[in-house]
Amino acid sequence: MSVLVFADSSERKFKKTAYEVVSYGKKVAEQLGTNVIALTINGGDASELYAYGAEKVIEVKNDLSSFNAKAYASIINQVAKNQSSNTVIIDSSIDGLTVAPLVAVSLEAGYASNVVELPNSTSPFVVKRKAFSNKGFNNTEIISENKVIGVAKNSYGAHENAVSGSTESFDATMPDLGVNSVSIDKATGKVTISDADVVVSAGRGLKGPENWGMVEELADILGAATACSKPVSDLGWRPHSEHVGQTGKPVASNLYIAIGISGAIQHLAGVNASKVKVVINNDPEAPFFKAADYGIVGDAFEVIPQLIEKLKAFKQA
Amino acid sequence: MKILVCISHVPDTTSKINFTDDNTKFDTNGVQFVINPYDEFSLTRAMWFKEKQGASVTVVNVGGAETEPTLRKALAIGADDAIRVNAVPTDGFLVAKELAEVVKNGGYDVVLAGKESADYNGQMVPGMLASLLEYNFVNGCVGVEIEGTSASLEREIDGGEEKVTSSLPIVVAGQKGIVEEKDLRIPNMRGIMMARKKPLNVIEPTGASNSTSTQTFEKPAPKGDVKLVDNVDDLINLLHNEAKAI
Repeated sequence: MSVLVFADSSERKFKKTAYEVVSYGKKVAEQLGTNVIALTINGGDASELYAYGAEKVIEVKNDLSSFNAKAYASIINQVAKNQSSNTVIIDSSIDGLTVAPLVAVSLEAGYASNVVELPNSTSPFVVKRKAFSNKGFNNTEIISENKVIGVAKNSYGAHENAVSGSTESFDATMPDLGVNSVSIDKATGKVTISDADVVVSAGRGLKGPENWGMVEELADILGAATACSKPVSDLGWRPHSEHVGQTGKPVASNLYIAIGISGAIQHLAGVNASKVKVVINNDPEAPFFKAADYGIVGDAFEVIPQLIEKLKAFKQA
Repeated sequence: MKILVCISHVPDTTSKINFTDDNTKFDTNGVQFVINPYDEFSLTRAMWFKEKQGASVTVVNVGGAETEPTLRKALAIGADDAIRVNAVPTDGFLVAKELAEVVKNGGYDVVLAGKESADYNGQMVPGMLASLLEYNFVNGCVGVEIEGTSASLEREIDGGEEKVTSSLPIVVAGQKGIVEEKDLRIPNMRGIMMARKKPLNVIEPTGASNSTSTQTFEKPAPKGDVKLVDNVDDLINLLHNEAKAI
């Protein structure tokens, strides 16, 4: 009984979360006394997964140009059966979150999503999951023989653990796709909120869309993605795709810098999975200060230019 | 077009989260329950199909009698009728299996839900439901049009959006974008009065079993106080040396 990890990719490059789930799967396999197998679908170079502990990589190559829920679920199911895997580990990329419940049904597996740590125990099999928009955790027992674990983004982390791996290819049969891709619209050359280590986010405190130049410059220096609060996207100052918070995009970055955002509960619900939070706000009573790790009470129009200048010097040093 | 909208009954986002009975139960004391915000986006889109294309809209929830006010609110927003499956929703798989029976018995060709619930954030039920029914599935949907038996949709992907087409039947898991926040409807007095007379059918569960169970809940460790600094040099220093974040 092996542990199967689905290592998600886009345009033949592994997503950051792929390294995280391979690292996680390696440890779970050790706990269970078995081996870990990574599955890639039109993925990147398998050796990149050996570096995180994948002893065996199964490559599926076909003419799918992009993710398809039914096809991916069917492939994962076929490989899990072929490799006698009763534990399947999937990331929390949008693809991962889409395919995991389908895999769970096809394997008649109990599915626990949003898992933040290695299993507390393997018999019974209990995992810790985040819930209530990061305001609580539940320890869930997976009762069924087959198990699907969804690992929360940036929770366990990627850990290098080089092994000498081997690669096999697998010929999967394809189901009827059902849903067909027409076109994909992706910003190129921009760090995306879902993949970013650092997110620089700004709110109504910036007074108008014309003042976003300094936010973008700060993000640029930090290699960060830019984001905004809900009022800012509602006002049309920034695109909806930058809205982070409960009904917007979730953020689970290493560093989240909030400029001129008061910190409404709905905003915090979407961003408090970030590890380190910095708040810059001229209102010392802004609720975000209670949720933050570091803060500066000050005018963004004075603080941000100084921060840009000093960070430039810091990055050069 | 027969639309079924899945409605979760969840604590309002501003609720204090506490646990009781030795941390084995969510403490509902003093908690205000609402229609799951993600479901509300999908319900609002269903109203559009009802008004513009003559679709019928049924709302459904798997839960105890305490969830009926939430279903009544969905009726007040404009759904035609409601179904409550009288079961304790112990896990996503159980809920999906109960919903699958409702879909089969009612012959719904479009099932709309929110991509996640605001309580457990599991993102499980819509995909499981689609898989159990062998319906097509579009997750994270930010736009949907339906003509006859085909749908064109937009869905969020990592770093962008994708346009897709699908035949019916289909399960769509929506989020903000399927309608905008300004399109959401607050029930008016007439809607609330009418909702009282609309059918809310309680059906007994099929007895589907759960495959996971919650052992205990815990709260996050208390967070330390914010460290306030008065200059950017100190901030950079702390982020580099203490937080190791830059």
